[in-house]
Amino acid sequence: MNAGKQGIGGAAKFRAQLVRAWEDILAGWCRRQLWGTIGLDHIRQKYRRSVLGPFWITLSMGVMVSALGLLYGKIFQQDLQEYLPYIASGFVVWGLIANLILDGTRAFIVAEPMIRQITAPISVYVYRSLWSNLITFAHNIWIYVFIALWFGVSPGWAVLWVLPALVLLLINGLWLGLLFGLIGVRFRDFPLIVNSVVQVMFFITPIIWRPQMLPERALILEYNPFYHFVEILREPLLGAVPGWDHWVAVLLITLLGWVLTLAAYARYRWRIPYWA
Amino acid sequence: MASIQLDRISVSFPVYTARGRSLKTQLLDAAIGGAIRRAPGNRNGTVVEALRDLSLHLKDGDRVGLIGHNGAGKSTLLRVMAGIYEPNRGRVSIQGHAVPLLSKDLGMDPESTGYENIIRRGLYLGLTKKQVRAQLEEIAEFTELGEFLDLPVHTYSDGMRMRLAFAVSTAVSPDILLLDEGIGAGDAAFLKKADERLKAFTERVSIIVLSSHSKALITKICSHALLLQQGKVVEYGEAEAVFTRYQEMSSRARTAAG
Repeated sequence: MNAGKQGIGGAAKFRAQLVRAWEDILAGWCRRQLWGTIGLDHIRQKYRRSVLGPFWITLSMGVMVSALGLLYGKIFQQDLQEYLPYIASGFVVWGLIANLILDGTRAFIVAEPMIRQITAPISVYVYRSLWSNLITFAHNIWIYVFIALWFGVSPGWAVLWVLPALVLLLINGLWLGLLFGLIGVRFRDFPLIVNSVVQVMFFITPIIWRPQMLPERALILEYNPFYHFVEILREPLLGAVPGWDHWVAVLLITLLGWVLTLAAYARYRWRIPYWA
Repeated sequence: MASIQLDRISVSFPVYTARGRSLKTQLLDAAIGGAIRRAPGNRNGTVVEALRDLSLHLKDGDRVGLIGHNGAGKSTLLRVMAGIYEPNRGRVSIQGHAVPLLSKDLGMDPESTGYENIIRRGLYLGLTKKQVRAQLEEIAEFTELGEFLDLPVHTYSDGMRMRLAFAVSTAVSPDILLLDEGIGAGDAAFLKKADERLKAFTERVSIIVLSSHSKALITKICSHALLLQQGKVVEYGEAEAVFTRYQEMSSRARTAAG
């Protein structure tokens, strides 16, 4: 009987925590001016003393894409006309996804001084990370635009599918940042572990190779969440409408991720200033 | 109406060892199933009880000094009042906008200029950009930093940073101001000015909680004082009397040690 009572008390407590977690996420969203500013600062700080400023991001990725594109185009004996736009769009999209994850794991770690100084919704620091990465993406996408123009790729109206795909990706970036950020601030080796995993995923996910190059449609694709996220963004960039199977997979991941995140964030959010 | 109501709160910190901070080790330990047992209750290292079963009620007009040795729980208590730490146990109810001014760097971006940091901090405190800009002149004037405001903050002295942070923090017209030690340490004249600014700002008198080792400072600003020891309230009352008690306690400890 006693245990039952405790169970009810626990459920009520959890519900209260859940409400507060949700309020934190909403309140964070309302502080757009704040994370807009610190998100921009974050990027500016990195490039403050360089002539090119944030366009270093564009330049370095541009060099990477051309070098790998030319090399692997030769290795895989691909037609550069098609292969370069493919690898460029893949790279730019991958860059966004990977950075959302890696930055997410460190979202609360880099915000430590502020978290312990000032009363603001904790989720602000995850929105900050999303915003910084969106700005970086806005710089990188020009590499693709340039290459697409050069090789005469015109995606047509299908390119509009990029918008819902981007929104979906950011919604996932939010839960990722909240959940991975939470784990990262508690377990300091977590960002390193995730970093290695993401590096491996880069080679398993079709960025430099094409799905058609696999002998048959392998499980390595279907069960790779990265593959679906890459596809819903890359396909419209190349002028195709992403297949429904990718959307379904992404929506399922979104749902699952948010359920998991809300439970964890509700339960452990209050601990973040202690761990920071 | 500002008030701070703390009901039997306890705050304890997990102090992690390098092992406890590693996910890899924790997972491996779980997988091995504790073949190598450590002392019971020592799974995650040590727990420091920073505040223990503490109750306190502050209302409009209270100016309270927090006194105690290092590690007595002063900073933790300020962070609880600021809403940064949610206590492990007990109830916290805070009415009014509480603004903390806790450490020297005050969360400023050293690469940005004074003006940029004013806006940044204003945003952190919940103002909109428009609201900060409307008060920019007046904030700048209060800091008395003049042309320094165009320079990056890393060129500032601690005192200058403090002025900047204080000017912005009071511009949001806080109901409750929480000041940690070190903040006012050298510059009593500035704190006097700060106090006047607070009084001028709000018709109603707000709550100030100030942690300090300086008797001069505490008796100047505060009517009451709270003496903390190992996370518990030893005494709460008139500032002068409580400080005398603190000094007695310190000298007794010194004699005992000697």
